[in-house]
Amino acid sequence: MWRWFHKLGSPKWFYAISGRWLPWVAVASILLLVVGTVWALLFAPADYQQGNSYRIIYIHVPAAFLAQSVYVMMAVAGAIGLIWKMKLADVMAKCCAPIGASFTFLALVTGAVWGKPTWGAWWVWDARLTSMLVLLFLYLGVVALQSAFTDRNQAARASALLSLVGLVNIPIIKYSVEWWNTLHQPASLTLTEKPAMPADMWVPLLIMVAGFYCFFTVVLLMRARVELLDRERRTGWVKDIIKAK
Amino acid sequence: MTAQVDVKQVNQGIFIAMIRRDMTAAFRHPSDLINPLIFFVVVVTLFPLAVTPESDFLREIAPGVLWVSALLATLLSLDMLFQSDFQDGTLEQMILSPQPLYASILAKVFTHWLLSGLPLTLLSPLLAMMLFLSADGTQALMLTLLLGTPVLSFIGAIGSALTVGLRKTGLLLSLLVLPLYIPVLIFASGAVQAAIAGLPIVGHLALLGALLALAVVLAPVAISTALRISLSG
Repeated sequence: MWRWFHKLGSPKWFYAISGRWLPWVAVASILLLVVGTVWALLFAPADYQQGNSYRIIYIHVPAAFLAQSVYVMMAVAGAIGLIWKMKLADVMAKCCAPIGASFTFLALVTGAVWGKPTWGAWWVWDARLTSMLVLLFLYLGVVALQSAFTDRNQAARASALLSLVGLVNIPIIKYSVEWWNTLHQPASLTLTEKPAMPADMWVPLLIMVAGFYCFFTVVLLMRARVELLDRERRTGWVKDIIKAK
Repeated sequence: MTAQVDVKQVNQGIFIAMIRRDMTAAFRHPSDLINPLIFFVVVVTLFPLAVTPESDFLREIAPGVLWVSALLATLLSLDMLFQSDFQDGTLEQMILSPQPLYASILAKVFTHWLLSGLPLTLLSPLLAMMLFLSADGTQALMLTLLLGTPVLSFIGAIGSALTVGLRKTGLLLSLLVLPLYIPVLIFASGAVQAAIAGLPIVGHLALLGALLALAVVLAPVAISTALRISLSG
């Protein structure tokens, strides 16, 4: 187990193994996304209240899932980088930030598109929307801090600390905003309860969520590989790769 | 047992010595202390000019306006926390010294609050009166400022410590810190609004107190780590 952990920390080893994984994850993400989208848009039944406009949840819910879990992942990677000074964790945390910010933005935009026909307004000051917006601000803060330093090591450690501070704050922000104002329906999918919607509706949703996770993995690996090559450009193994091409 | 007592005394010694030193340094530049207060007054003045001088409307928006202005004034005063100590090398000595960083950071943040949050609290009744806030509302405003501004100082110090080595910090600092200020803003202005409506505010105050307790315990850890990172470059 520890040997594996140490191996994972080696950029060269990671570059090689991620290159082998990448095509498989990419194929899986395309398959899942295509099956999920076709099922969701063509075959899933229309909602008895909202009609067809509810179908945007097949993008909205996975994006919102990702927005939150990518933040946690970024903070955990940052903590690993801070504690064990692992280069690869720094790279991962850095690459997570812009992807997570994009998913948060996507969740907000799709929420607005869905809100217009359902609530009659593009934007309402509802608790979940607002805490999502704050999450976007937190992501943007991490990205801004990351780019403010010229020294890579310092940038990685500073933004790792900021994302950890943000992680402590997220539940506080979430509850404070919830007590302040709420209109949004509670989460439609939870691990502990049976979903309130028919299987024909939630199975494609699960497929989409899995597809989004795979898609995220693909983008993360691609970004991390580029970042690694850039950081390690003076080392022997990168020069070997360049020579081989 | 005796060793424990010694540690406590050493910590207290540092705490008091740091406060005394920071106070002296701050009073040598009185304008740095007064400017955030003037800013507070000016920003509050802008609202009646921009919206309406009508007393009913102003009374309604007063809690939000006063709290947002106090928050921005605190943000502007964060410069005086670490900047000059960073430039003249004091911060480096603080980190290198055998004394615990926790105590000196606690003292620095406390001094910052004494010189920014406390004056804001004392000045607030005047502005509350100008915005036609009721007596109950003013009382709640002062209580929330008293509990809330130290939290702002603590959270702001984390951002300030992270950006202390950078050249242009102002905008970046507000980008980092403002989202983290949201819970304080919500509970505090909620308390004032509740007070205006004649509702009990103990719940809001308890939550603000909980945030303060959390900040006192956790923020110095984050601040010292941030300072070490900033000085490692």
